[in-house]
Amino acid sequence: MNELADKVGPPLWLLAELTYRCPLQCPYCSNPIDYASQKSELNTEQWLDVLRQGRAMGAAQLGFSGGEPLVRQDLPELIAGARELGYYTNLITSGLGLTADKVDTFAQAGLDHIQVSFQASDPELNNAVAGSRKAFDQKLAMARAVKAAGYPMVLNFVIHRHNIHQMNDILALCENLDADYVELATCQYYGWAFKNREGLMPSKSQLVKAEQEVNQYRADLMDRDQPMKVIFVTPDYYEERPKGCMNGWGSLFLTVAPDGTALPCHSARLLPIDFPNVQRQPLNDIWYHSPGFNHYRGDSWMPEPCRSCDEKGKDFGGCRCQAYLLTGNADNADPVCSKSPHHDRILAARTAADHATAGLEDLTYRNAHNSRLLYRG
Amino acid sequence: MEQIPRLRRGFRFQWEPVQNSHVLLYPEGMVKLNDSAGAILAEVDGARSVQLIIASLEQKYPEAGPLAADVEAFLAEAIRQHWIEWL
Repeated sequence: MNELADKVGPPLWLLAELTYRCPLQCPYCSNPIDYASQKSELNTEQWLDVLRQGRAMGAAQLGFSGGEPLVRQDLPELIAGARELGYYTNLITSGLGLTADKVDTFAQAGLDHIQVSFQASDPELNNAVAGSRKAFDQKLAMARAVKAAGYPMVLNFVIHRHNIHQMNDILALCENLDADYVELATCQYYGWAFKNREGLMPSKSQLVKAEQEVNQYRADLMDRDQPMKVIFVTPDYYEERPKGCMNGWGSLFLTVAPDGTALPCHSARLLPIDFPNVQRQPLNDIWYHSPGFNHYRGDSWMPEPCRSCDEKGKDFGGCRCQAYLLTGNADNADPVCSKSPHHDRILAARTAADHATAGLEDLTYRNAHNSRLLYRG
Repeated sequence: MEQIPRLRRGFRFQWEPVQNSHVLLYPEGMVKLNDSAGAILAEVDGARSVQLIIASLEQKYPEAGPLAADVEAFLAEAIRQHWIEWL
């Protein structure tokens, strides 16, 4: 283990999931399915201690996320603490619960950037996906408040089969709101999104069209010397090689869940691995020496076809969560890879996406009722 | 040469001891800068012109010889990346 620890770099990115509480019900939420049974949250002093430890280890980027981080009343205090430590502080929010006053308060506390998530380019679809009637208007107002206060702003859209036709409208909306960055994040199938995969996954033809529209819009932006940056995260279900997930397990990213559980990514909680908790162990020990974080470091854990693959240093065998969800064993090659003996499961999902008919009303929305129902079942 | 560069809002330049380098931080991103890029950006303060920045660097690093071409090339790239803007 010590030999391994010598090769491990610092966790440059820290994601603080302050809470699982959220006023929205997006059916692709990355929070655990059983979030409703996990109510405990670190208190202010415990979070500040995590931030101090992370910063001392070299973390420079800090995300406050959730759930909806705005439900934490101590957010200004956490922002101020983080900024004082030298973090670049990002608030990742739905915009619900935000006010122009809070936007200013956070700026005074030293918040560097706000990312506002949208669900679609029009109120009807946006609010249907979010499960909230007032969401869209509030998001518009808050995006404007964020820019008025002088912050750089990222607008994030999770893309799926029900909004993938809106690329031009979405980008026009973002430009209109003066976004600095737009993330078009095609849905990744973990947590609630995995439950709802059939109802969310776009077809290949939908995807090709969307990609063309985005590329065209990008070219237009460049012609107009408009600095808005557009990031289109394509879905790995249409790839033949897996993504180098998280740039490698325990390589750059450290997530701390609301109850203090430390994770190599925000989905890893679904794996049958005993992850450490910041309430019981120093962060440095967790990162460099815990069995949870060392579980998939290096490549000695890899079975075939990864073990002898000359691309293993590039993609690390893909995503452990995806391997687990699709094959029942997290050690396996990510089935996205065409060399995986389980690649047929990806092909089946593509075929299903070509024939899917489910509407929004058929999706399982992320709320406490469904969480308890699914977790019991 | 008379132009004054400054970091764009949302970009932060700082020294990271653990990485032993200067970095440029921005929304959800970080660029690790090499020594010369770090030395140049350290001079970008929104007050001094390109000319003064070059003079300051040449004074700090006399062994490096004339630096105008390198500094201008880097600043042009930084503009292209939208890291900095002209005041």
